[in-house]
Amino acid sequence: MELKEFVERFAEEFDETPAEQFKADTVFKSLDEWGSLTALSIIAMVDEEFEKRITGADLRSVNTLEELYNLIQNK
Amino acid sequence: MMKVYIKAIAYNLPEKVLTNEMIAQEFPEWTVEKIDKKIGIKQRHVTVDGETASDLAIGAAEKLFANISYDRSQIDYLIFVTQSPDYHLPTTACTIQTRLGLSKRITAIDVNLGCNGFVAGLSLAKAVIVAGQAKNVLLLTGETYSKYMHERDKSNRTIFGDGAAATLVSTEGIAEVGEFVIGTDGTGAENLIVKTGGARHPQPAGDLKFDDFGNPRSSDNLYMDGPAILNYSLDSIPQLVEDVLEKNHVTMDDIDLHVYHQANTFLANLERRKLRISEEQYYCNIENFGNTVSSTIPIALCEAMKEGRISKGTKVLSVAQGLGYTWGGMVLFF
Repeated sequence: MELKEFVERFAEEFDETPAEQFKADTVFKSLDEWGSLTALSIIAMVDEEFEKRITGADLRSVNTLEELYNLIQNK
Repeated sequence: MMKVYIKAIAYNLPEKVLTNEMIAQEFPEWTVEKIDKKIGIKQRHVTVDGETASDLAIGAAEKLFANISYDRSQIDYLIFVTQSPDYHLPTTACTIQTRLGLSKRITAIDVNLGCNGFVAGLSLAKAVIVAGQAKNVLLLTGETYSKYMHERDKSNRTIFGDGAAATLVSTEGIAEVGEFVIGTDGTGAENLIVKTGGARHPQPAGDLKFDDFGNPRSSDNLYMDGPAILNYSLDSIPQLVEDVLEKNHVTMDDIDLHVYHQANTFLANLERRKLRISEEQYYCNIENFGNTVSSTIPIALCEAMKEGRISKGTKVLSVAQGLGYTWGGMVLFF
């Protein structure tokens, strides 16, 4: 999956935040809608789309969507 | 080897209901729609002060006896699965023996297990019957996690519901209990835990703090590491299902209905998709009950029978993954 598609797929897990707000350099943790539920959705999405595991610590260790994408690629 | 059967199942919930509307009112950052979509539970029942897991379990047992006009003096073994005992000691099952008016010539034990409690309890019930120690085992599961929760813990308050079930296990009945696979890995112990109040840390820690998401975390309350539990569940379920099928000499195609422990609807659906099970063959019913811990599977079996999803000849696969960690599964041949 390319970064662009990952950003779109990431945005789909959010209901209230408009999709156009999501960019590769978006600091996802600063989004109002980011929370424990969306974090679990993202972990589940990564499992389904990449068949890879990311942890709560992984999510805490990165800031932008691109950093998260790279972290997943390196798993 | 002697065959062992489930003879009857009944369940019992506390009267008080906690709806998503009530949760959204307390936590304005969550809407009813969001809880519906992300967790998939609409309401859960919760106990009031003074109402315990044993009270719920006794209610379930009375319903079971009434449903099949059962002579309770035939019960010769009582297992109470709970992590919410009435006391540190004595064993809650002993008090249940008296409160239910069961024979005094029985074994009565508590089993301290969470979401895998029904599977493990049923395996124990089968074992004592096969060993000739008993003929009619009353397996009670009852849990009241709501009592362990911090009132600001919106996640756990949304997911878990209080409840109890009674399962009569006997030498004849409606579903033959197949072979079990059970596993344990204590490295996950701290990921779902109430740390204080036991002998290791008897005094309250008073260490309440709030995490990145504003959720309370305290050694004195139920704590769940959501991401860790999610990953553990997704990681281990394919192998668990494969192992249970193999041990029962059946394949995925032989299974008519999958009745698993449902942690929440979101996770249940993830697991279903991961295992490539169709919605028609996966029974999910916790939207009105919440995660009742050790009672989700017997409650689901009960409801599935009522709805006609299970009838004579139905092969049901049940698996559960729970805190500890412990996990397990079996096939039920109706």
